[in-house]
Amino acid sequence: MQGILGRKIGMTAIFNEDGTQTPVTVISTAGNVVVDKRTEERNGYTALVLGFGDKRVKRVTKPELGFFAKQNLVEDRDGKQFVKRHLREFRVTPEQLDALDVGADVNASDVFFVGEKVDVVGTSKGRGFTGVMKRHNFRGTKASHGVHEYFRHGGSIGSNTSPARVFKNRGMPGQHGNKRVTVQNVRLAGFEEGGLVLIRGGVPGPNGGLVIIKKSVKRSI
Amino acid sequence: MHALSAIEEQYIRKDVPAFRAGDTVRVNVRIREGDKERIQAFEGVVLRRHAAGARSTFTVRKMSSGIGVERIFPLHSPMIESLEVVRHGRVRQARIYYLRDRFGKAARIKARRVN
Repeated sequence: MQGILGRKIGMTAIFNEDGTQTPVTVISTAGNVVVDKRTEERNGYTALVLGFGDKRVKRVTKPELGFFAKQNLVEDRDGKQFVKRHLREFRVTPEQLDALDVGADVNASDVFFVGEKVDVVGTSKGRGFTGVMKRHNFRGTKASHGVHEYFRHGGSIGSNTSPARVFKNRGMPGQHGNKRVTVQNVRLAGFEEGGLVLIRGGVPGPNGGLVIIKKSVKRSI
Repeated sequence: MHALSAIEEQYIRKDVPAFRAGDTVRVNVRIREGDKERIQAFEGVVLRRHAAGARSTFTVRKMSSGIGVERIFPLHSPMIESLEVVRHGRVRQARIYYLRDRFGKAARIKARRVN
């Protein structure tokens, strides 16, 4: 497995054996299940589809319910039926594909080890349409010396006749946040009971948000 | 929040005596020099307590050869060998930052009766 899905619970800190403190983000990965397989014959590549989180069956469209019914993955709990809310594919080798069946639980502690470097993908907190000072850390304009109604503006966006255009990547106001963000090479600080994973430091997104923990792309272990 | 408090629970020390701002405490801190470990005491007045589960801290201020020194300790840190309350003090604020501006006689704190 290359990764696992989870829900950000929040942040706290743990004490290490040498007395130092490590800030950690707690991520719940309980309930990761293999939902489907992508095979060489059918799809031209091999991958496992993981499902995570609950969704009430009465909120599910018929085609979606049909898919879960076919996989025999409609869960009956407290008189209510649930299917998986989030589905994500993870590329695996053909051997790994055969190792897990549809319906198999995937535990974080089987995928990762303590101290491993991982990448964590999340959706950053949305800030809406923001100005240039908040979005690009521009300095704005002086608060005095005759500045008139121009305190939080970005100033000039370029020259005149030459080059007669605005360069790419010019910082301007716009949507800030609510965007897929990956933090790379963060240490997995530990596991806790109930499928909880501790990641050193922060992770993008709000508490309760979906995150994907993956083996780091830039490995150097 | 439940999962978070369950994790913090493991690190919370049960041997912390009751104390509050204004109390004089002696903090016995583990100091590591190379591979030798020794205990150093830091005794002073508690300026504030910051309550945050396992991440709780408290600030101790002492006068060290005429210079005010403040240290912020994580309350549940294993680096604290032990913590003793030397004297209970009666103060009206939970955060007695005003002590920083006082020295000598003005920095005295009345004793508090504890039953």
